[in-house]
Amino acid sequence: MLATALIVFREVIEAALVISIVMAASRGVAARSWWIWSGVGGGLIGACVVAGFADTLAEAASGVGQDLFNAAVLFTAVAMLGWHNIWMQRHGRELAQAMSQVGKAVLSGDRPLYALAVVVGLAVLREGSEVVLFLYGIASADGSHTGSMLTGGVVGISLGTAVGLAMYYGLLRIPTRYLFKVTSWLILFLAAGLASQGAAYLVQADLLPPLGHEVWNTSNWLSEDSLIGQVLHTLLGYVSRPDGVQILFYLATLATIASLMRVFGDRPARPAGH
Amino acid sequence: MQNRTYSGRFVVLSALLMVCGSVSAAETYTLIIKEHRFEPAELEVPAGQKIKLVVKNEDPTPEEFESRSLKREKIIPGKSQVTVSIGPLDPGTYDFFGEFHEESAKGHIVAK
Repeated sequence: MLATALIVFREVIEAALVISIVMAASRGVAARSWWIWSGVGGGLIGACVVAGFADTLAEAASGVGQDLFNAAVLFTAVAMLGWHNIWMQRHGRELAQAMSQVGKAVLSGDRPLYALAVVVGLAVLREGSEVVLFLYGIASADGSHTGSMLTGGVVGISLGTAVGLAMYYGLLRIPTRYLFKVTSWLILFLAAGLASQGAAYLVQADLLPPLGHEVWNTSNWLSEDSLIGQVLHTLLGYVSRPDGVQILFYLATLATIASLMRVFGDRPARPAGH
Repeated sequence: MQNRTYSGRFVVLSALLMVCGSVSAAETYTLIIKEHRFEPAELEVPAGQKIKLVVKNEDPTPEEFESRSLKREKIIPGKSQVTVSIGPLDPGTYDFFGEFHEESAKGHIVAK
């Protein structure tokens, strides 16, 4: 049971952290719950579909279909996170002002919530499909341990959710004035980390050169299997033995999003009238 | 003129073939998963060159091929097979395991 709980926990924690950051980043927006939970729901349905077609996907593209799929999912999430950050850079200040003026009143507006919903959906899809496959494997194996292992699954999901909740309520303690600044930084590093994961899948599929296998090795010092390592892996993109190309993708994503935020964000947000 | 076009095409074609050639030049090794165990549990591969590892899951349940030292992680659904590209490796031993059945699915690659 413990082994199962641990495996499921590892899969769930990344999605849980992503959801908590997105929830904090969209604080104060009227329809955000609807969008985010649609993202979760869509992701869960997608996870079951992906798990159902797992064998087709695995054998597609001469055995690297899964890697291509994961990389596509990750890069789409990176694009959505980047887009959200650029948008927020333009409008975040007014938003924070409006929030402190009207208390936590309704803020609608054309905020790109769909981008965040897609990010949430993709995180749930990617991690969820592995959980579904794993639990399905247990359930269809010989019956003796099934019960305790499914309990393990539930425990794993609950623990992962708890970490996400802790992160969310932690973020909410940040004063409104700084909240969007903090979430923007978090999203920036999250996006860079996901891009580096995407690059790793393309190396695994032999579509990108590693540009140096294991540029450093800090696995004895902080392994991604530890809770802290895992959390840092998601939040900052920490990798204990990175390929050169992963570092390249990480830095390029940071630089691209940060400079786009600069270029588009500092223009006055209101186009009409002066 | 026509000749030149043909020779141009020929150059492009041979360049493409060379690219394909270099891709498929990676030697292929096969690991089989059976009753949550890897066969062979020890796989010897040449160091210093890229290899292709075909992991074939003969069990009806899914398995995740995982190796920290090789930095590879890939799900193999029941009764199917996937390809994992590895290396070039430095000489040494690289552990791998099946994450979904860690107690029995263990093995290592020896690069020489």
